[in-house]
Amino acid sequence: MVTMIIIYCLLAVGLIASFVKSREKTLKACKMAGKAFVKTGPSLLTVLGIVGLTLGILTPEIIAKAVGAEAGVMATLIASVLGAITLIPSLVAFPLAGSLLRSGATVMTISAFVTSLVMVGIVTAPMEIKELGKKFTLLRNGLGFLAALLIAMVMGVVL
Amino acid sequence: MIRVIKKFAGPLVVLAIYIGLALVRADLAVQSSHVAWDYLKEMVLIIPPVFLLMGLIEAWIPKNKIQKWLGKGSGFKGLVISFVLGTLPTGPLYVAFPMAATLIHKGASRTNMVVFLGSWAALKVPQLMVEIKFLGIAFTLLRFVLTLVALVLMGLLMEKFLRKFPDEEWLQRTDGEVQQPATEEMTR
Repeated sequence: MVTMIIIYCLLAVGLIASFVKSREKTLKACKMAGKAFVKTGPSLLTVLGIVGLTLGILTPEIIAKAVGAEAGVMATLIASVLGAITLIPSLVAFPLAGSLLRSGATVMTISAFVTSLVMVGIVTAPMEIKELGKKFTLLRNGLGFLAALLIAMVMGVVL
Repeated sequence: MIRVIKKFAGPLVVLAIYIGLALVRADLAVQSSHVAWDYLKEMVLIIPPVFLLMGLIEAWIPKNKIQKWLGKGSGFKGLVISFVLGTLPTGPLYVAFPMAATLIHKGASRTNMVVFLGSWAALKVPQLMVEIKFLGIAFTLLRFVLTLVALVLMGLLMEKFLRKFPDEEWLQRTDGEVQQPATEEMTR
């Protein structure tokens, strides 16, 4: 909600300032926005559909079952893969992670889940490829996954 | 006709998966559509203003400014700007991709954009508050520091790699829309 208000306020200020300064440039900006929207529309729809599928199938209960049952390297790997696939809003993800931690999952497993959840986005990859290219997307997500595993290991040792 | 189908290949494949799922497990398909519908409502509200803002940025902020703030020579300052831009409470990650693309075309460095996208996804202020509440301050702080270090390293590595092996296909595809960022880099 706050996010929406901030964005719309920014837009209002920007549009008014732009319109006062130059009508043509404002029109040009709107046209560019329209063009960008048409261009990204299909990949947005794809992402939307995949988000629905992953969240509809991989519900918090199923994740809890997959991650929370055991401790060890296997659980950590499963957790990081699940984190990489899913796109869970933080208001759901962190309470879930917290309850898993209390019910016996290790810090390493939970940090693997949380870190890969935020660093890797397989669900949003179609859109990232469209906007930033295949190589960029592969590198960013691949390195992000490795980083998530390393971070999890360090956190497991330190905490 | 074929062009339209090609353009909507992604959504059509996803639709086919939904139909297939509905035949096997109707309950899961319904559950998934509910989630998709919720996200659609959010997108409808958030996408138009973000694209308009990007249009304004494209129309008003000159290329050399972006280059100076976020370009290859921007150094530590560029990293800080990217980090701050990313951590502001500004919505889901799919909004950030077109933004990063616009900024790259305007001269921002890959390193800075990796940090921007990474902080957007992993280090957002409201998200950190929730994390502290449920996982504790020690966990959150340690993850924050480690993630930030990882993002900067990833960015530097990707910059190097993509300069050596540029994404030809992507450059070609986006060349028609912007004024040849690749050639400009070479002459500089």
